[in-house]
Amino acid sequence: MARRVTPARKATVTAAAWALGLLIFFPILWTILTSFKSEGDAVAIPPKFLFFDWTLENYAVVNQRSDYLLHFWNSVVISFGSTFAGLLIAIPAAWAMAFVPGRKTKDVLMWMLSTKMMPSVGVLVPIYLLFRNTGLLDTRIGLVIILTLIDLPIIVWMLYTYFKEIPGEILEAARMDGAGLRDEIIHVLTPMAVPGIASTLLLNVILAWNEAFWTLNLTAAKAAPLTAFIASYSSPEGLFYAKLSAASTMAIAPILILGWFSQKQLVRGLTFGAVK
Amino acid sequence: MATQHSRSAARLMISPAVLLLLGWMIVPLAMTVWFSFLNYNLLQPGPRTFAGFSNYYYFLTDPAFFTAIWNTLVLVLGVLAITTVGGVLLALLLDQPMWGQGIVRILVIAPFFVMPTVSALVWKNMFMNPVNGIFAWIAEALGLQPFDFLSQAPLFSIILIVAWQWLPFATLILLTALQSLDSEQMEAAEMDGASALARFFYITIPHLTRSITVVILIQTIFLLGVFAEILVTTNGGPGTASTNLTYLVYGQSLLQYDVGGGSAGGIVAVILANIVAIFLMRMIGKNLEN
Amino acid sequence: MGKISLKQVTKSFGDVTVIPALDLDIEDGEFVVFVGPSGCGKSTLLRLIAGLEDVSSGAIEIDGVNATEAPPSKRRLAMVFQSYALYPHMTVRKNIAFPLKMAGIAPDEQERKVQAAAKVLNLTNYLDRKPGQLSGGQRQRVAIGRAIVREPAAFLFDEPLSNLDAALRVNMRLEITELHHSLKTTMVYVTHDQVEAMTMADKIVVLNAGRIEQVGSPLDLYRSPRNLFVAGFIGSPRMNLLTGPSAAAHGATTIGVRPEHLTLSRSEGLWPGRVTVSEHLGSDTFLHVNAGDLGTLTVRADGEVDARHGDSVFLTPQTGKIHRFDADGKAMA
Repeated sequence: MARRVTPARKATVTAAAWALGLLIFFPILWTILTSFKSEGDAVAIPPKFLFFDWTLENYAVVNQRSDYLLHFWNSVVISFGSTFAGLLIAIPAAWAMAFVPGRKTKDVLMWMLSTKMMPSVGVLVPIYLLFRNTGLLDTRIGLVIILTLIDLPIIVWMLYTYFKEIPGEILEAARMDGAGLRDEIIHVLTPMAVPGIASTLLLNVILAWNEAFWTLNLTAAKAAPLTAFIASYSSPEGLFYAKLSAASTMAIAPILILGWFSQKQLVRGLTFGAVK
Repeated sequence: MATQHSRSAARLMISPAVLLLLGWMIVPLAMTVWFSFLNYNLLQPGPRTFAGFSNYYYFLTDPAFFTAIWNTLVLVLGVLAITTVGGVLLALLLDQPMWGQGIVRILVIAPFFVMPTVSALVWKNMFMNPVNGIFAWIAEALGLQPFDFLSQAPLFSIILIVAWQWLPFATLILLTALQSLDSEQMEAAEMDGASALARFFYITIPHLTRSITVVILIQTIFLLGVFAEILVTTNGGPGTASTNLTYLVYGQSLLQYDVGGGSAGGIVAVILANIVAIFLMRMIGKNLEN
Repeated sequence: MGKISLKQVTKSFGDVTVIPALDLDIEDGEFVVFVGPSGCGKSTLLRLIAGLEDVSSGAIEIDGVNATEAPPSKRRLAMVFQSYALYPHMTVRKNIAFPLKMAGIAPDEQERKVQAAAKVLNLTNYLDRKPGQLSGGQRQRVAIGRAIVREPAAFLFDEPLSNLDAALRVNMRLEITELHHSLKTTMVYVTHDQVEAMTMADKIVVLNAGRIEQVGSPLDLYRSPRNLFVAGFIGSPRMNLLTGPSAAAHGATTIGVRPEHLTLSRSEGLWPGRVTVSEHLGSDTFLHVNAGDLGTLTVRADGEVDARHGDSVFLTPQTGKIHRFDADGKAMA
């Protein structure tokens, strides 16, 4: 498309896009700005945008409450733990479905996707009771188990679409070259699949980090990840905008950064490969 | 391409995933069905008796049930309408040549990565709060009475918050789809004398249909289960004005400890979701064919 | 050594029989080409030999040893794929060395063999590149290099030239033929292009719907096709096939005359007609002649013939060059 775009048109488009982009981003920006304000400036009317006394005090306060770090660590363990467990189960399954497709493969894939459509609330009661009776309530391991199960279909699907793109002829070539199944996986499949596995991991960590049904319902003080920790700020008393903002910023910052890296994979991951 | 050997290996490799998901589907669901026929309240000790369909009867005749169904529908459809229409328009805009496209993209996608509890709290306190919120300040600056979003229009406010979270998703997917549109196709249409408007309706929109379907499907899955946003902002209130089905069942089971009633509600939710899912799966299935 | 025997081999996918019982012997050192239209089962047959597919019944012997159940890696065969199937994450050197590494050969020995293969294939300067940085022809050569370093019992080629442009294809055809002359290893080559089959093969196997229609040297097949299918498939442009009274005159249901066996005259001949299209190749001229009831006949004439659309011409088949076929399409003696 080597066609000339008039500068005026380009400027108009740029202005409109930036205005809309900033509008959409504004709540996040505002949260970040507020996290550096004193509590007084945070609720000032008219709002103070950039000219206030910048302070790191809120972060210090939030961090001093040692439970913040605990919840942060819970989020890390739960999101990475469930993702790794999911990958461990899903890699062989996706490998088999992509490279040894049978007549039932499509059906199995669709069925896996359908389990994702079961509303969580439909099984809330038994899971809650099972967890209570087995002592899994408010434990990280319990949440890792649940999140592994709910993310498994997405992980399998994502890996499947990535593996599908590795031409089967290459694996056959390896077989002809004398590679057994083990060599085939180590020397050929894994190096070719690593980028796909990495994006799957990234996306799933993000999804698990932000999961807020099971994490809210199955945890209390001990194993609560950041989703649940932040929710505790919703009670009206003790509400401090600046501290809420600082805690929120810390809760979303890591995932915001990971997310920006994974934009491209995000689309194909969340659409089960239907949009690339 | 498969030989007998690789076929049995394949079955072995698929089975852990299949068995786990099968267990995840069957065991809790069977338990929910079982509980739904019992008089079972965690606060009332004593033997659990068979309740027949009474749990279902109470759940389905509760006026809150109809409100919840209605609210769920409004919530899902409202968010879908905002995000798909907004997403198409935004994607069209972002697809134009401009300066700093990459940065704008990053700004637009950001809300998707914000955890639901954070976005709900930020909107509730810093924007929608009738005293200290930005919206109140804007209203006052314009000489209007501040509007208490969450008590006067709770469902609408929640739709707004959820739509803010999902608009980036729709935009990103539709933008990706737009960028995959073959420019030769556009040029051919131009050569054939199609105006910009005609090109939009006869080429761009049909090209986007598949992606729009996908956006609707996936968002529906997630939107049927909206929970944290309600819990954090309105607790389903005032009254049941912002209670959706998920929140209703949650309240029944974990706030009132009525295991039987909550389970009946859960089963109703599963049945309703399945009706939606059948349509969705058909559409996804069709999409996967090509 | 590389003698391959197929004994009553069949292949079905579910209810669909792709290859009905088939016997074939490939002698050591032979260049055998499987040729046929797409979907005729030629690739499946090759993959059965490779072990990438299981036979449904029958046996495959390699050098007299039953290899029917052996996995691909144990058959001592090397294969060049249509897509080349190079490992994209490995350099050319590592690609070529991969089968050696799998065979547990010492690194310095690997390097020596890779260098030798690279020299033969003109790849010495590209050893440190990745496949993505190579042209189609170079990728093709890497794929061949990966096959030859193992010194296999036989090479299997699955339409290896179909992704190359026309000029390169001719070059690679020559290179593969030369390679066969220098290595003297059995080669089994699958193609749908009868020109490749004619120019490269010692022995051509013509396949149609999973059945062997005819096996023979290129000239055998050209001179005496056993049936209508082979007659129509081998030779370019295609043989002219005539039915009706002109065939009955030779006591056959169908007669066939190759374009090069028709004599062109402006003034007299057996079959009058009008030129519809004339294709000037420089060396030859192909005239498509509308011969009334006989249909359109193709004739190969001298390169300098100046015939135009609408010219009136006469065609006469050369004596002894008429192929006769019976009602079943079988060649008549």
